[in-house]
Amino acid sequence: MSDRALVLGRIRSALADVPADEPSAWSWAEDPDPAAAYRRGRRDEDRAVLVERFLERCGEYSATVQRCEEPSLVAALTAICERHAVRTLLVPPGFDEHRLPPDLAIERDDPPLSVERLDIGDAVLTGCAVAIAETGTIVLDGGPGQGRRALSLLPDLHVVIVDADRIVSGVPEGVDALAAAVTERRPLTLISGPSATSDIELTRVEGVHGPRRLEVLVVAPSGEDPYWAAAERG
Amino acid sequence: MPDTGFPAAARTALADTQLRRNLHVATHTIRDKRLRAVAEVPDWEELREAGRRIKQHAMRHLDEHLETLEAAVQRAGGTVHWAADATAANRIVADLIAATGEREVVKVKSILTDEIRLNDALRARGITAHETDLAELINQLSGDTASHILVPAIHRNRAEIGELFRRHLPDAGDLSDDPRALAGAARAYLRDLFLASRVAVSGANFAIAETGTVGVVESEGNGRMCLTLPDTLITVMGIEKVLPRLADLEVMLQLLPRSSTAERMNPYTSLWTGVTPGDGPRAFHLVLLDGGRTNALRDTTGRQALHCIRCSACLNVCPVYERTGGHAYGSVYPGPIGAILTPQLTDLHGGRTLPWASSLCGACYEVCPVKIDIPTVLIHLRGRIVAGGQAAPRMEDRAEHAGMRAAAATFRRPWLYRLAQRVGLPVARRLVRHERLMAALPGPLGRWGAVRDLPAPPAETFRDWWRGREETP
Repeated sequence: MSDRALVLGRIRSALADVPADEPSAWSWAEDPDPAAAYRRGRRDEDRAVLVERFLERCGEYSATVQRCEEPSLVAALTAICERHAVRTLLVPPGFDEHRLPPDLAIERDDPPLSVERLDIGDAVLTGCAVAIAETGTIVLDGGPGQGRRALSLLPDLHVVIVDADRIVSGVPEGVDALAAAVTERRPLTLISGPSATSDIELTRVEGVHGPRRLEVLVVAPSGEDPYWAAAERG
Repeated sequence: MPDTGFPAAARTALADTQLRRNLHVATHTIRDKRLRAVAEVPDWEELREAGRRIKQHAMRHLDEHLETLEAAVQRAGGTVHWAADATAANRIVADLIAATGEREVVKVKSILTDEIRLNDALRARGITAHETDLAELINQLSGDTASHILVPAIHRNRAEIGELFRRHLPDAGDLSDDPRALAGAARAYLRDLFLASRVAVSGANFAIAETGTVGVVESEGNGRMCLTLPDTLITVMGIEKVLPRLADLEVMLQLLPRSSTAERMNPYTSLWTGVTPGDGPRAFHLVLLDGGRTNALRDTTGRQALHCIRCSACLNVCPVYERTGGHAYGSVYPGPIGAILTPQLTDLHGGRTLPWASSLCGACYEVCPVKIDIPTVLIHLRGRIVAGGQAAPRMEDRAEHAGMRAAAATFRRPWLYRLAQRVGLPVARRLVRHERLMAALPGPLGRWGAVRDLPAPPAETFRDWWRGREETP
């Protein structure tokens, strides 16, 4: 007997107590139980509040966070690169050309760069698919302007641009927004701050294997009335 | 594996004062952090209930979900292998590595591969497995085993780790004991390995049946390295890790990080679906292991041990674990969850003393993110183990059983109960000092009584009092 038949046979005999007509396609999402009615499907939260919460929580992971409006994006990026003395900025295919700092050496991952090149890279600039306010999480799904996984892993500095309208309330809303990428079999990476370990006496140390520094820039789509104006007014 | 038993191992561990200090600091730190991380989630209890329901449902239809997962992974370009036991799983992994022609592999931390002793099996086939998680690296360099699910080197302090790195890592002669410096040394040492490795072995935190998506939750980035850079990825997963729906992730990704590292979210979570052209490994193998899990599945009470998402919250709050540490449990799964999982995985052949390694205080149940009723399963397994009989019961156990049987016989017969009270009460009253029952008890009861006070028995029994109350108007 193959191990497959053996294991499945053991499972079926172990589950003799389960009624044959019990539906196996049950899903919490489709048939919610009031006792397990956790928050999901939040759509009505004020965007200014979401942006504020995302900035606060992402910042608490010791990522450097800031926000800007589209017209000042290039200047903000240039300032970040200067602060970190970036010589060459690695950029994934599909990244919006208008957002690239003009005075900086840009190297595109197209055709794909060798891992040795990525390893000595100062910095990589990517967008993101979704950002989750409640947990301060950035999600990359390999879509345009996000690049393959190795690109945002090996360089020492990862600069992420988060378009403010990609920020969702919580994890359920985030997973919901990622379903299409999963269906298309694109790999996902959820990033919450720079890499860290607590393996030594549970003392948190940042910067183990991934990028040691994470710079996050939340961008509003236009300069007229950025999302956070309301929050600032109070 | 000989079952030397928890009591003997615990005595050794308790004598190690350094170990107890390390454990006390670590468990109390993480306990307080977890409380804060959980307190800010207004629907935590609803999430726990959803987590319990999802896992329960997944287990009750495990065969169907696994077949769905298999089909989805294959559709996405992966290959699925089934292993009935550890030997089969190790053989599959070794054969897959051998087929690539590689002699070295990098590994992401995986408790399952510790459970099946994969590294030893690979060594026997001439393959070197490099652990890349910092704590696993510490344990591998020192020839030690994991003592905690989440922080496997929790029993080591920075000075011990510094000493170890200075001895084993290249160019680490003047390394300090600062955790920052130690982590930096590990980064430098492992980077070359990551870049050179063609094959990686990982575990899995979950696999989504409907999409074939596999997930690894981590902090350091060594997981991302292993899952992304090599050409071939081999993931070994217990069959109980399957989740039916992608939407189930929205629950687990909230419960796991806050219960585990006490963070809102762990630094990195990788989710991949088969192989993706131009991104990551070109070959993906998923090995599904039974390894005794179907033993647990057969037990309708014990089955819930398979719901565990390996957060380690129950270890951190356990008064027993806090004092003995993980090694005393003699299993890769220590603490309260280990006490119910280990015996079941071995069909009650191993870990037979573990269900008693608990005070039944219930703290483990309260913190469990998927509401595993560990105390109930502990008591249930105690019953199964006792009913199954022991080769040679200890003298104390025999006396206890005889005492319990005598008590049961007495409670069943009202006349005997009355007689026992009439004879017993005056005797017990004689042992009273300062309204506590304090005198030394006879025989083996003396040891038990030495650390316990009992309230003094009343001057008259309830029955006598009740009769007297009826007679006086």
